Amino acid sequence: MALTIEEVNKIAALAAIRVEEDEKGEYAERLNNVLDLFAQMAAVDTTGVEPMAHPLELTQRLREDEVTEHDQHKKFQGIAPKVEAGLYLVPQVIE
Amino acid sequence: MNWEIVIGLEIHAQLATKSKIFSGASTAFGALPNTQASAVDIALPGTLPVLNKAAVDMAIKFGLAIDAEITRRSVFARKHYFYPDLPKGYQISQYELPVIGKGQVEIEVDGDTKTIGVTRAHLEEDAGKSLHEDFAGMTGIDLNRAGTPLLEIVSEPDMRSVAEAIAYAKKIHELVQYLEICDGNMQEGSFRVDANVSIRRPGEPLGTRTELKNINSFKFLEKALQYEIERHMDILESGGSIVQETRLYDSVKDETRSMREKEEANDYRYFPDPDLLPLVITDEMIAEVAETLPELPDAKRKRFMEQYGLPSYDAGVLTGSRALADYYEEVVATVGGESKLCANWVMVELLGALNKENLLLSESPITAAMLGELLARIVDNTISGKIAKEVFEAMWAGEGRADEIIEAKGLKQITDTGAIEAIIDEVIANNPAQVEQYRSGKDKLFGFFVGQVMKATQGKANPKQVNELLRKKLDG
Repeated sequence: MALTIEEVNKIAALAAIRVEEDEKGEYAERLNNVLDLFAQMAAVDTTGVEPMAHPLELTQRLREDEVTEHDQHKKFQGIAPKVEAGLYLVPQVIE
Repeated sequence: MNWEIVIGLEIHAQLATKSKIFSGASTAFGALPNTQASAVDIALPGTLPVLNKAAVDMAIKFGLAIDAEITRRSVFARKHYFYPDLPKGYQISQYELPVIGKGQVEIEVDGDTKTIGVTRAHLEEDAGKSLHEDFAGMTGIDLNRAGTPLLEIVSEPDMRSVAEAIAYAKKIHELVQYLEICDGNMQEGSFRVDANVSIRRPGEPLGTRTELKNINSFKFLEKALQYEIERHMDILESGGSIVQETRLYDSVKDETRSMREKEEANDYRYFPDPDLLPLVITDEMIAEVAETLPELPDAKRKRFMEQYGLPSYDAGVLTGSRALADYYEEVVATVGGESKLCANWVMVELLGALNKENLLLSESPITAAMLGELLARIVDNTISGKIAKEVFEAMWAGEGRADEIIEAKGLKQITDTGAIEAIIDEVIANNPAQVEQYRSGKDKLFGFFVGQVMKATQGKANPKQVNELLRKKLDG
């Protein structure tokens, strides 16, 4: 299983990160190492083994439906780059 | 050759919990921006989601109502995409193991019943809202809605006409409100419908589908589907092919248009969310929810037809919401029967008055007990149906209860034969010409005499007695 540069481009686009042209070869190689690990795991015979969604033998704890959080938006917005009229402002998103 | 239309719907129902699906922040609609967005909802590092039991119970309730498989061990997954109103960079949803599996609902179109399959229903969190207009070169983000629980209900592509799709959407809309798991408010986005549409020649494999989004009323759902089906036909009949894509419905222009998304944007890279453990649903949890299950719309409609002897139409209208059905039953109980009379008054007078003033049933100035008391006075001959309408209007205007108004306005029906006879004699004496015409064969004039007697009694004479006595005196 060897990733092409094209696939590296796609993964970078999906993750929304910029990868410089001269880094792509190295990324491909590192990602391929990860994929080799998966291939190694995929090769293990799992006949009769139950699929596992989580490594812990626990199940989800449920919370009662109560409002326990109070308004802290001023505090949260104190660390936001830009705020106006109670809204977080971000670079314009074109729909 | 004909086209066969194939429609499947994805419905997002906001669950009516007090707090969010993974945090203790309030879900109330209309709060100031970001005042209900907690550290979990805005995805501050180090926070962890904790699942809301009420959201799970509501999903189970829906599953029971559509006779679905309830997954005993379901799993939450991360669905990745980048958008500023989704601060984590992924939405917590369910993918391979949804909480609710296959189920079905019955719809009725033009008197025919059809079963529509529900493929699955899964729990997920809503995103925040982006405001694009008001900030030069910037977009405003309100995360109050982020983390509101959603139940996404996915149908099989079982619908073969626009009418079937509307009937199914309305059915689910009615059901979630009956179950009290969603307020059904489409304007506020509590109930959102996306449609998958394709067409094919009968017997052929499914055609390429398009997905329609941004539909916030049943009327727009109908228009969007009609537009899109026409568009598919035009393209295919002129030798073109359909591009699989998501299209937005523009209600102002009444058209759908491509969202022009990049193709790879649909690669959501789902994987099980390591922050959440598998959700296990026990027999006890299901039994507990089953006890809270109300009578469902179909069963109620059937019972109304059997128990009250109502026609299918009346039963359908009166069971349109749980509140209206309860109202009707209280009216019948107060009157002590006369179910058809009660149905007519609820459907015509009450709903008419509510519609006219654009009020909800819960805002009605006339309660079920008040209407029942009024109708009881028709039944026991205290007032006529016509006078009852006058009393209804007075009650609507807040002048009191039926008996008070009848007393205060002196509306009690005259049933004393002697009194009615005296008035009839007077009418006959005052209209000798008409009496002669009537007696010489002009039967139609009978109505004139009834009118005169009613006028003289201000409509209070018992109409049946007036008829009988008049006939006796005129003919005799």
